[in-house]
Amino acid sequence: MPAPSRSGPAVIRFLDVHKSYRVGGRDVPALEPFSLDIADGEVFGIIGHSGAGKSTLIRLINLLERPSGGRVLIGDVDMTALDEPALRAQRRRIGMIFQHFNLLGSQTIADNVAFPLRLAGARDEAAIRARVAELLARVGLEAHADKYPAQLSGGQKQRVGIARALANRPSILLCDEATSALDPQTTASVLDLLAEINRELKLTVVLITHEMDVVRRVCDRVAVLDAGRIVELGAVADVFLHPRHPTTRRFVEEALPEEAAAGEAPFARVPGRILRLSFRGAATWTPTLSRVMRETGVDFNILAGRIDRIKDLPYGQLTLALEGRDVDAALAALRGAGIEIEELPR
Amino acid sequence: MTAPLLTTLFPNIDDWAELGQACLDTLLMLGGSLALTVLLGLPLGVLLHLTARGQLAPMPRLNAALAFAVNVLRSVPFIILMIVLMPVTYFLVGTRLGIRGAIPPLVIGAAPFFARLVESALREVEHGVVEASQAMGASTWQIVRHVLLPEARGGLIAAVTVTAIALVGYTAMGGAIGAGGLGDLAYRYGYLSYKSDYMLVTVALLVVLVQLIQALGDWLAARSARRRGR
Repeated sequence: MPAPSRSGPAVIRFLDVHKSYRVGGRDVPALEPFSLDIADGEVFGIIGHSGAGKSTLIRLINLLERPSGGRVLIGDVDMTALDEPALRAQRRRIGMIFQHFNLLGSQTIADNVAFPLRLAGARDEAAIRARVAELLARVGLEAHADKYPAQLSGGQKQRVGIARALANRPSILLCDEATSALDPQTTASVLDLLAEINRELKLTVVLITHEMDVVRRVCDRVAVLDAGRIVELGAVADVFLHPRHPTTRRFVEEALPEEAAAGEAPFARVPGRILRLSFRGAATWTPTLSRVMRETGVDFNILAGRIDRIKDLPYGQLTLALEGRDVDAALAALRGAGIEIEELPR
Repeated sequence: MTAPLLTTLFPNIDDWAELGQACLDTLLMLGGSLALTVLLGLPLGVLLHLTARGQLAPMPRLNAALAFAVNVLRSVPFIILMIVLMPVTYFLVGTRLGIRGAIPPLVIGAAPFFARLVESALREVEHGVVEASQAMGASTWQIVRHVLLPEARGGLIAAVTVTAIALVGYTAMGGAIGAGGLGDLAYRYGYLSYKSDYMLVTVALLVVLVQLIQALGDWLAARSARRRGR
């Protein structure tokens, strides 16, 4: 299934980029050579364990890390070819938020949000105040303008970070483990805010995380990073429902704890053929399974299952044991109705 | 005035006006040298910080040269530094004596010390805040001016306080070789003429001065912390 068509042409392009660090006189690779396009308006997730290279990768976009080779294009600007002043001008068009928020502790919330405006040369205090008020309203912190960061909760601090990142009307928002320091409930509200910003401001969002659940909730596409290599890349629904690389499978299992708990060969004692059915979108709303089973006279036994959403897409995944003479006919009918089927080893 | 009481307590002190003048001299030396120390040491400390490895403007050679110069100046005992610097002092201010003659060696002695304190205060600023500013397109100068210095304000206030107190000690030492001030009185009357009441009064005044500086520094630091909402 192709990526959602909401996104447009490539706005961030990595062309044969690699990065290594010099440690003790030796080049240690952090990212193997790769090319990658991130489309205008999409929410692109990069998932990996710590040390996989995802922090480095996201910092290559605004050149906080300079690539050891290859080119990074933002729109049609080659970031790697810019001199310092031009690079600073480009960076103002790329917002960034951080795991530990990185707010100025000595400044009020309003001054923190005004900071990028002032850095960019804004001098009209009335205009700055108006823009800050507008930004704080967007993130729901109007009442906290005159407080200091130390007086806010983690979720509120990240909202300040988001308001600050949006101040100069960027076209790209980079999120560096933006929810990793937050509790689950706050994580959900910050992710909702990011999704809303992506939708309403048509902003391209690139986020890195080590939690598949973050990817599932907000991302359109995902790249799985393992030891400096992109080992899997695709629409989140494809990667999530049909993970291929072992690292991806582990990430998916972490998001679905009950499946990981089942262990090796969980269906050894179950009779019949073991099949995993994936329903997406409209297929989740029709009683296809019961109709096909009735028509073909096949018996089914539900072994595991869930119904949830991947971003805006409802999906269901059922693991079934099928018994009967017409199992193949039943599978063909299910496939015909748009249900994806994998046969699992027993 | 309670002159009879003072005369009884401090029989050798016959000229209280001289003591007052010495106080004033010490304060002038302290104020003048502290202002110049901050003026010279702050940029030096910023430069030491910025040029260090992994910082905003890494320049290992310049950093090593600066660090060496700072260490050399810091390893010379102040009283020796003062004597060694006499020709420089004469060249700079036209005299080796008095308040004016004391200020160059005081500044040259204290500025490297203060610069090191500034450097360590700046190092305490979280790297993430600096990185966020870079991501917002801040220049190195903007980061120094609007991020490093304001974020390190508490540490910088403490650095000024510690330096001011060190300078009180230096001015007293300077007194021994013609700088004037309280140290001069303590040395001439208290040490050379065995008038121990002079010693007692000057030391008491120095203790009060140090206490006042520390209290002022603590108050400013607390005020800066309150402004951060802590």
